Amino acid sequence: MLHQSLAFGQTATPEAVQFWVLAPVAVIAALGMLFMKKAVHSALLLAWVMITLAIFYIAQDALFLGIVQIVVYTGAVMMLFLFILMLVGVDASESLVENIKGQRAASVFAGLGLGGLLLSLAARASVNQPAIGLKIANQKGNVQSLASQLFTQYVWAFEVVSALLITAALGAMVLAHSTKPAVRNKQRDLSIARFRGKSLADAAGLPGSGVFAQHNAVDVPALLPDGSAAPTSISATLKARGDVISPTPFALEHSEEVEE
Amino acid sequence: MNNAAILGADPGWVILVKALLVFVVCVVLTLMSVWGERRIVARMQQRLGPNRVGKFGLLQALADGIKLALKEDLIPAAADKLVFVIAPIISATACFMSFAVIPLTGKVSFFGHQTIMQLTDLPVGVLYILAIASVGVYGIVLAGWSSGSTYPLLGGLRSSAQVISYEVAMGLSLVAVFIYSGSMSTSEIVAAQHHYWFAIVLFPSFVIYSISMVGETNRAPFDLAEAEGELVGGFHTEYSSLKFALFFLAEYVNIVAVSALATTLFLGGYHALPGLGFTESWLGGWFTLFWFFAKVVSFFFVFVWLRGTLPRLRYDQFMKFGWKVLIPSSLAWIMILATLRLMSAHNFPRMVIATFTVGVIIVIFLVLTLFDRAKIKLEENDVLPDLPAPSFPVPAIPGQSQITFVQRSEIND
Repeated sequence: MLHQSLAFGQTATPEAVQFWVLAPVAVIAALGMLFMKKAVHSALLLAWVMITLAIFYIAQDALFLGIVQIVVYTGAVMMLFLFILMLVGVDASESLVENIKGQRAASVFAGLGLGGLLLSLAARASVNQPAIGLKIANQKGNVQSLASQLFTQYVWAFEVVSALLITAALGAMVLAHSTKPAVRNKQRDLSIARFRGKSLADAAGLPGSGVFAQHNAVDVPALLPDGSAAPTSISATLKARGDVISPTPFALEHSEEVEE
Repeated sequence: MNNAAILGADPGWVILVKALLVFVVCVVLTLMSVWGERRIVARMQQRLGPNRVGKFGLLQALADGIKLALKEDLIPAAADKLVFVIAPIISATACFMSFAVIPLTGKVSFFGHQTIMQLTDLPVGVLYILAIASVGVYGIVLAGWSSGSTYPLLGGLRSSAQVISYEVAMGLSLVAVFIYSGSMSTSEIVAAQHHYWFAIVLFPSFVIYSISMVGETNRAPFDLAEAEGELVGGFHTEYSSLKFALFFLAEYVNIVAVSALATTLFLGGYHALPGLGFTESWLGGWFTLFWFFAKVVSFFFVFVWLRGTLPRLRYDQFMKFGWKVLIPSSLAWIMILATLRLMSAHNFPRMVIATFTVGVIIVIFLVLTLFDRAKIKLEENDVLPDLPAPSFPVPAIPGQSQITFVQRSEIND
């Protein structure tokens, strides 16, 4: 049965083996992409699906398409990584709260519509259309034949798609770009401000963290000469997180005696 | 018979032996280049460098490798375990694969079999290398993300942004080579440079490629992904033992790979230096291997030289340079080149082509001068506002007991 169906599709044995090994992997990865909780895992599986598809293309003599698939889509998934980290956050998990009204219904509708469109396209290209075969299509060379199709018959579609992609990229940039409330001071401004401020105590920079010779971790405040902790020696981020250790255990016990 | 046909006639054992050779050559080159880099940088800094293990310290890299293998292999508790393990494997696998399409010699006799020292010849060979490179970056980005700590994440993010930006410039510089040689296959590009190296004919592309290949391999002065002073070790901060060794290996194999690609695309590949063409037939054609590696090693020397000379760029300067200088200039160069090619293809009179070339040069100079002027004007306007001068203490001059306060205006006088 299997053998017959393979013979019907005129698939050579190595190609059949490759198909039955890679196709399940690709489908599992694609499903995994949908059901993974972490956005980064989904993106990774997407990259894997793209690479599998590229191997399929290459196995079917569409070398240029396969290689470009890897160049373009792995790059694209890399961008997706950046967007995930910029827009959603490092460890973001999927939330099931619907923010836009009717988003689910709209996305189901759009998904079905796209599926129907793709199905009709694939049908138009394959049903009752005898295959010419890549041997003839590639007669002038794979790249050359593709180029002549792309830049003569399909030049309009090609340009429209590129305009669409640029628009999408700009849209993503606008979404990801948050306007800062105020102009941030640069290194030079900060330096001037330090010297023109009220006190010159911090002119050479804030004190470093840690207690000399006892502890040099970033979360331990430095000790001032009188034994009290210097609050400016700890990064504001650590303070906000509450990750600050008290320096008292590291202070010298009889500071007065030492001074004498 | 072209290269693809010769390689197609290879029996299985030749292909296997060649694949093994590529692997061995890459690993040995890594060991040698680690040693070479340390010795050269040391000489540049008036030191000796490693000179204890083996003659001239030649086995230092091997000793370091054994040391790394014997270290404890840590996986941080906050790490994403699976991705953390996969990342170095991706990095180390991808870097070897690009060597498959690089022709190392001309036609030679390999154990009595006529072949070329090239694993396979693809009609889109150069694109294949780009594809492999973009898969390789996943290793760095995933390592950064999966470590579950701040510095590696920053390193990984930097590296992904860096590679995306510099791959654009790199791809654009390759377009000029494709236009000029009419092919994307490495062997045909080498053959097209039989008379003139593309480094001379397409000099701007060569410069752009050379800069972006340093950016692509995360090497100084573009090593922002592992900037020691800022990010501890960047993406590999949390890695130890063999996993770290894999990243190390990947970095050096990558350097050799981009150098080999640069040699193939711009320096005539395995062809001899101009005027020494008669050497190509020495040793039954095997002497071309010497020329190839001589060129690769000189590229590697430039990598080390850069590291010994230039300080690391700041991140925003680096991005500005990539997007505002490299990419626009390579776009402009491709436009000019394509116009010239079209003119010569349509048999335009020589006068027209010469006028066009001179015109382009004049326009470039005009734009550069205007740009410089605008920059000088901006600098003139950028002066400190006149605020009341503060006074600050200076140490006492010998013989004077008191600490004096000096007015800023006095110093300026």
